[in-house]
Amino acid sequence: MSARSGLMGPALRMGGLVFALILLVVVGAVTAGERFMSPGNLTTILSLAAVTGVVSIGMTFVITSGGIDLSVGAVLGLASIWASTLSTQYMAEDYGWWVIVVTALAVGLAAGLVNGALIAYGKVPAFIATLAMLAAARGLAEIIAGRRTQIVDVEPFFDVFQARPLGLPTIVWIFVVVAAAGWFLLNRTTFGRRTVAVGGNPEASRLAGIKIKRHTLYLYGLAGLTAGIGAVIMLARTTAGSSTHGTLLELDAIAAVVVGGTLLAGGRGTITGTVLGVLIFSTLTNIFVLNNLDSSVQAIAKGAIIVVAVLLQQWFASREKATST
Amino acid sequence: MVDADPHEAVEPLLRMRGIVKEFPGARALDGVDLEVRPGEVHCLLGQNGAGKSTLIKILAGAHQPTAGEILLDEEPVTIPDPVAALKLGIATIYQELDVVDGLTVAENIYLGHELARGGVSRRSDAARRTREIMQRLGHPEITPHREVGRLPAAGKQIVSLARALSRDARVVVMDEPSAVLDSEEVGNLHRIVRELTADGVAVVYISHRLEEIRQLGDRITVLKDGRTVATSLLVADTPTNDLIKLMTGRAVEYAFPDRPGVPEGAAPVLEVEDLGLGDVFNDVSLTVRAGEIVGLAGLVGSGRSEILETIYGARRSTSGSVRVGGKRLRSGVDAAVAAGVGLCPEERKSQGLLLDEPVYRNITLSTFARIARGGLLDEGAERAAAREQVEALDLRPASVDRNARTLSGGNQQKALLARWLVHGCRVLLLDEPTRGVDVGARAEIYSLIRRLADDGAAVVVVSSEIPEVLGLADRVLVISDGKAVHEGPAREIDEHAVLDLVMEGSVA
Ligand SMILES: Nc1ncnc2c1ncn2[C@@H]1O[C@H](COP(=O)(O)OP(=O)(O)OP(=O)(O)O)[C@@H](O)[C@H]1O
Ligand SMILES: [Mg+2]
Repeated sequence: MSARSGLMGPALRMGGLVFALILLVVVGAVTAGERFMSPGNLTTILSLAAVTGVVSIGMTFVITSGGIDLSVGAVLGLASIWASTLSTQYMAEDYGWWVIVVTALAVGLAAGLVNGALIAYGKVPAFIATLAMLAAARGLAEIIAGRRTQIVDVEPFFDVFQARPLGLPTIVWIFVVVAAAGWFLLNRTTFGRRTVAVGGNPEASRLAGIKIKRHTLYLYGLAGLTAGIGAVIMLARTTAGSSTHGTLLELDAIAAVVVGGTLLAGGRGTITGTVLGVLIFSTLTNIFVLNNLDSSVQAIAKGAIIVVAVLLQQWFASREKATST
Repeated sequence: MVDADPHEAVEPLLRMRGIVKEFPGARALDGVDLEVRPGEVHCLLGQNGAGKSTLIKILAGAHQPTAGEILLDEEPVTIPDPVAALKLGIATIYQELDVVDGLTVAENIYLGHELARGGVSRRSDAARRTREIMQRLGHPEITPHREVGRLPAAGKQIVSLARALSRDARVVVMDEPSAVLDSEEVGNLHRIVRELTADGVAVVYISHRLEEIRQLGDRITVLKDGRTVATSLLVADTPTNDLIKLMTGRAVEYAFPDRPGVPEGAAPVLEVEDLGLGDVFNDVSLTVRAGEIVGLAGLVGSGRSEILETIYGARRSTSGSVRVGGKRLRSGVDAAVAAGVGLCPEERKSQGLLLDEPVYRNITLSTFARIARGGLLDEGAERAAAREQVEALDLRPASVDRNARTLSGGNQQKALLARWLVHGCRVLLLDEPTRGVDVGARAEIYSLIRRLADDGAAVVVVSSEIPEVLGLADRVLVISDGKAVHEGPAREIDEHAVLDLVMEGSVA
């Protein structure tokens, strides 16, 4: 963890998240019994977690660096549309399923780099730049798709992405791989160290010779790229591209990241926490669905979890502060 | 001021007895006693990390003591939080600036005790009183509605001073208030301290500048490793050498290292030509050869820090050029760092440190990418490199895994210096390198800077302490109002001459 220095802090926080997840699993098992605990249902939970999960990994980096990306959901929608237009699908028929994947990733990356350039070099606040991208990406997606859902009809694509290597769907494996790569990138590479440094004290980082503008560009590029990966997963799961894919996804991602223990103010980030945060929310959703509960009630429960998690975070922070003013 | 007679029976105003403070993993205070009389300047002395700031934070209600008692007028009191301290008439100026950048001067001064009637703030009252206080502090140019974020470090220090004065306190605690101030400002500060004590206010004063304590202090309490090693010594009766011995447990050569002189054929490493930055400074030229230390002397606000930051590329110059080793420097900090230029900024907290990251990551902040292999961090090697410097600089506590936040002020300064030692620099720009550093460590830092120069680095030093610039540097540039008004060998000029030049320059 990047904040190993806090000694007990991070371990306690992780413990709390694991505890919350176990609690939810118990609640699920008690209220829905077999239907919840069946391997099929657990796979469903993971598959549902995959999209938010992948996007939340990118979001973790952005938030750790002290930024925010509100456009990930819209960029995911745009990427899903662009990768499922008739012409992309024809090309995929001709050259291979990877055309769809590359298109989605390229669209995500490009949108992310535009965000990054605006923020780093245009000095537009991240909140504004990505809000603008949110609106623009949705609009563009609607124009391209003519507000229609685009069914994907490329068999080889589904052969790959709906397969179940080692018993788990490919899309779950993608989440696992992205999370592992994200953990490695944040904790073991210079990229990760720069991210934490820029979030912790941008001025000190700049004066120490870190190229913070370039790094900001990369960070938002990375967030866009994960939105592109999210689009691929979405296409695989729903077999269609839609300009409404990923609506409000940015909020779910931010919630998962913050609940996981990454500081919204930057300077401390945890991939493990984010993964746990994502699992907590998707398990919660699953339990509500299995018990036929109203989705409005679910929204309230979500809100409560976010508030409790943030209160806990502040409590931990103030305890650390009290010992180190 | 209190008559320097120890037998005179003056009731102490404030008494701290047997104060213990434990932090997780560290015992910062281990039974400290302090006794302060009304109307005296009581100096608190001790090496970096001795526990001075911790003690006064307990007094200010920012920390809770693990054990011990505090008596005010011989009545035991508890100070659960800073508001309670202010209610008891204890106002504190912290070592690290604690002003809110986004607020105006007046808002900062009245933060927490806003002048209001029926919930409506009386802004004009606050402004008027702010103006009065600033007048008293000799800084009428700091107007009530200025945004504090736009003030230089010294200006911010004045604002926090003004805040303490606005409280009508009985005890004013000042933790290294003079560290960011130049000699004129320090004179001002001393005048104010004397005014306060004349009114019967007790002042607890922390400083690493021993001459200052001679001039200002009445009695001294010395801390070492969290214990009181001497209480209430009379300043007049205690020679400086004894003080140093009490603080450090040894005799320290309080002297500047020899100046071997720059070898005849030494190549110029740093060449600055007609550098300018808007209306802050202009036409600054200087050449620093390998092995040479050049000092910039001048008042706070004369543009010294800005000159360093512009050379470093942290500010975009509006004219002129900077060459390192004959090659013109692209603008931008990363180009400067790549060319082997390092800057220790003046504001270590906001410009230097990642407070919530371990010491070793702070030390390797500009080298971790170089230590890494193919983008993969090598934290083992980082720790080793950091540990080496921690030992060389006698940074305490010697652990490299603690958060930078838990280091005392002087030790944070050492960590910043260590950053550039690990990096290895051809040009080292030092802005107030000994701010808040104790006498023992100061001597070490001076000889370290000299050693770096001897090894071929070109060093530029900015300091508010003119004797430091004159003692350390080979050559000095006197800066006044953004212009270099004098350049010459450091041996051939003394403090008075520098001050005269500065005054002339700012009049002209
Ligand atoms: N929050 C904390 N957690 C752990 N240790 C701490 C914390 N704050 C201070 N310390 C330790 O307590 C000791 C005393 O620190 P303090 O800041 O009081 O020193 P100081 O005398 O003010 O030094 P300086 O002259 O450098 O300002 C140091 O060893 C410091 O590392
Ligand atoms: Mg201190």
